[in-house]
Amino acid sequence: MRRLAFLLWLVLAAPALALDPSEMLADPELEARARALDHDIRCVKCQSEVVASSNADWAKDARRQIRELISDGASDAEVKQWFLDRYGEFVLMNPPKSGSTLALWLAGPAMLLTALLLGGAYIRRRAHAEDPAGDTALSEAEEARLREILKD
Amino acid sequence: MVTEFGHFALVLAFCVAIIQMVVPMWGAYRRDARLMAVAEPAATLQFVLTALAFGALTYAFVTSDFSLRLVVLNSHSAKPMLYKISGTWGNHEGSMLLWVLIVTLFGAMAAWFGGNLPPTLRARVLSVQSAIGVAFFAFILFTSNPFLRLAVPPFDGQDLNPLLQDPGLAFHPPFLYLGYVGLSMAFSFAVAALIEGRVDAAWGRWVRPWTLAAWVFLTIGIALGSWWAYYELGWGGFWFWDPVENASFMPWLLAAALLHSAIVVEKREVLKSWTILLAILAFGFSLTGTFIVRSGLLTSVHAFANDPERGVFILAILAFFTGGALTLFSIRASAMEAKGVFSVVSRESALVANNILLAVSCFVVFVGTMWPLVAEMLFDRKLSVGAPFFDAAFPPFMLILGIILPVGAMLPWKRARLGRAVHSLRFAFVLALAIAGLVWAMQSGRSLLGPVGVFLAAWIVAGAAVDLWSRTGRGGSVARLFRLPRADWGRAVAHGGLGLTMLGICGLTAWQTEDIRVAQIGVPFEVGGYEFTLSDVRRAQGPNYLATQGVVDVRKNGRQVSVLTPEKRVYPVAQMPTTEAAIDYNLARDVYVVIGDPQQDGGWAVRVYIKPLTNWIWIGCGLMSLGGLLSLSDRRFRVAAGARKPRAGAVPAE
Repeated sequence: MRRLAFLLWLVLAAPALALDPSEMLADPELEARARALDHDIRCVKCQSEVVASSNADWAKDARRQIRELISDGASDAEVKQWFLDRYGEFVLMNPPKSGSTLALWLAGPAMLLTALLLGGAYIRRRAHAEDPAGDTALSEAEEARLREILKD
Repeated sequence: MVTEFGHFALVLAFCVAIIQMVVPMWGAYRRDARLMAVAEPAATLQFVLTALAFGALTYAFVTSDFSLRLVVLNSHSAKPMLYKISGTWGNHEGSMLLWVLIVTLFGAMAAWFGGNLPPTLRARVLSVQSAIGVAFFAFILFTSNPFLRLAVPPFDGQDLNPLLQDPGLAFHPPFLYLGYVGLSMAFSFAVAALIEGRVDAAWGRWVRPWTLAAWVFLTIGIALGSWWAYYELGWGGFWFWDPVENASFMPWLLAAALLHSAIVVEKREVLKSWTILLAILAFGFSLTGTFIVRSGLLTSVHAFANDPERGVFILAILAFFTGGALTLFSIRASAMEAKGVFSVVSRESALVANNILLAVSCFVVFVGTMWPLVAEMLFDRKLSVGAPFFDAAFPPFMLILGIILPVGAMLPWKRARLGRAVHSLRFAFVLALAIAGLVWAMQSGRSLLGPVGVFLAAWIVAGAAVDLWSRTGRGGSVARLFRLPRADWGRAVAHGGLGLTMLGICGLTAWQTEDIRVAQIGVPFEVGGYEFTLSDVRRAQGPNYLATQGVVDVRKNGRQVSVLTPEKRVYPVAQMPTTEAAIDYNLARDVYVVIGDPQQDGGWAVRVYIKPLTNWIWIGCGLMSLGGLLSLSDRRFRVAAGARKPRAGAVPAE
């Protein structure tokens, strides 16, 4: 049983842990750029993970590819373009600010503006409203009940 | 036998739920007290029956009854007891049973503590709550029955996903569900009020404790989940903007907005229809969250039942409840007449601003989460919306919120003078600015994020302190400070907690150091002022896993700080590896060490992170929850919730 456990340990204990030192570039500046890019490229084989954190083989290959391109003098934009050309927009974690995606980027500010206008109008209305004192929304019995509750 | 008993209890609970859904609603319509009175015992009975069913399932897990399909798929006889128990809800069917158990629990509590509600309102609330129960009972019984047997039981099970075998994650789902489902109470109150056609101050007071409790549970649940991700996933991330995380975050944001707007309803009788709408939407987002996790519609690391049939069922539930409630809202909202009058500068306006910021930030998260679907359906573009989008689009709202929060909290109701609030906060502002300036000068030309985070934290915490002190009146004293209502303390503590969470997030993001290298055994290396030595790598065996364990000696200026033992585990039954980071926790920073693979030419891959201020993220969440609980234990809620004698334990939903 112990032998079996040891064999199992040898076989199964091999899985890689995201970025491995052997993958890294020697130049710390280039490596830093590559690490940043690792967070912008999505692992297309995984579920909503970036290649920086994924253990999948595809992510490993992608990390290697990023480093190869950078070593060959590619700019960050060129690296992203390389992936974009081959895997489509799905591979970029940050949707481009163009075309229909512009709507995504503008949705927040537009909504804030709308909400501010509506909220502002509401507040102005309340500020100029008549104070409806003496309104009889509650019946007498209810008033008594409310008083009793609030008194406690 | 126990299993069949549990199954039977579940079917019976379903029947009781149907009765509780129909009879009291009819009774409230007919003003028939006898019919309305059905609701109370039915709610209790429903809860007891569901608890028995849940107990039966737990029993099957604890005794490793491998004739049950669910137990075979998610358990193993060698699993530690804690995870046998938590395995009950660590899967789709069991978690749905937990969900519906909590629905009935909240319903029962509304019955027990709702003595003060007008009878028709109470009957309608319980009826709506039971309708939610009916939908989920049907969902469980018809699509996800946990009590299915196997004709030929195997000798052992297939084990629980090892990532879930962790104390943090054992309690993450129950808290999250308590939060999600807690919002169903606010929803039931909102729908009942729409049917009644009346929303007044008392309604605001009744609905607030439930919202507050739900929000507290959501806060704890989300914090547990993010803490778990931090120490378990092996690179110390705490939030990934994953669709499922967003699904829990959206109800949290709306619940936060709701519990603030309910104050306005209670104190001033304005913002009524908006509050009703928020209550409907908050629960709608809870259902959306359930839908996202269980339909596989959006790809997520969390998805655990990618079954279109179930997805359609939950979508139908979602459409029925939110759609129905919103239709009702559109018909009845005009009946909610605002009463209070307030000037432009007032606490009411500040709370409107709070609601705008929280609701719009929730909208941003929603749009970002759903955009891949929209883009694919409308524009035929398959794209991803990941962390970079949310990191750019979400924080500005929190920044504005953080800046106006201390001022807003100081403003009195009805009519305020801005100059006065700003005047009493001037020291807090100068203090925050000074600390942030100091931090800015000390860091070597990096981003603005760190100093901004420090400024916000100091400003909010100092602002909360000033707010609390100002409540003691002119020439306040410490003794008077402790006699303040607990709601005042709750507000200050929760706001301070928010500030500290912001501090942790900004500090970690701005100042973390990462180092990945090959470490030779016995050869020291330096990261961020600490000296690390991998002194040994050994084999270890756990109850149901095998591990490679590194021993890392951490020193600073020659003095030993800690000996860390990061592990790489393999669970043979589940055939899955996990990394167990070793962390030296500290308020100023965490030292985070992960061991990787052996290298070809000797040595081991080792990752070291220095993560400044990280723990403040969760300390802040803890304080937010504590603030919520303090507020919940305030006298007026104990009274409003129906406990006439102020007993300590009589707080609803604690």
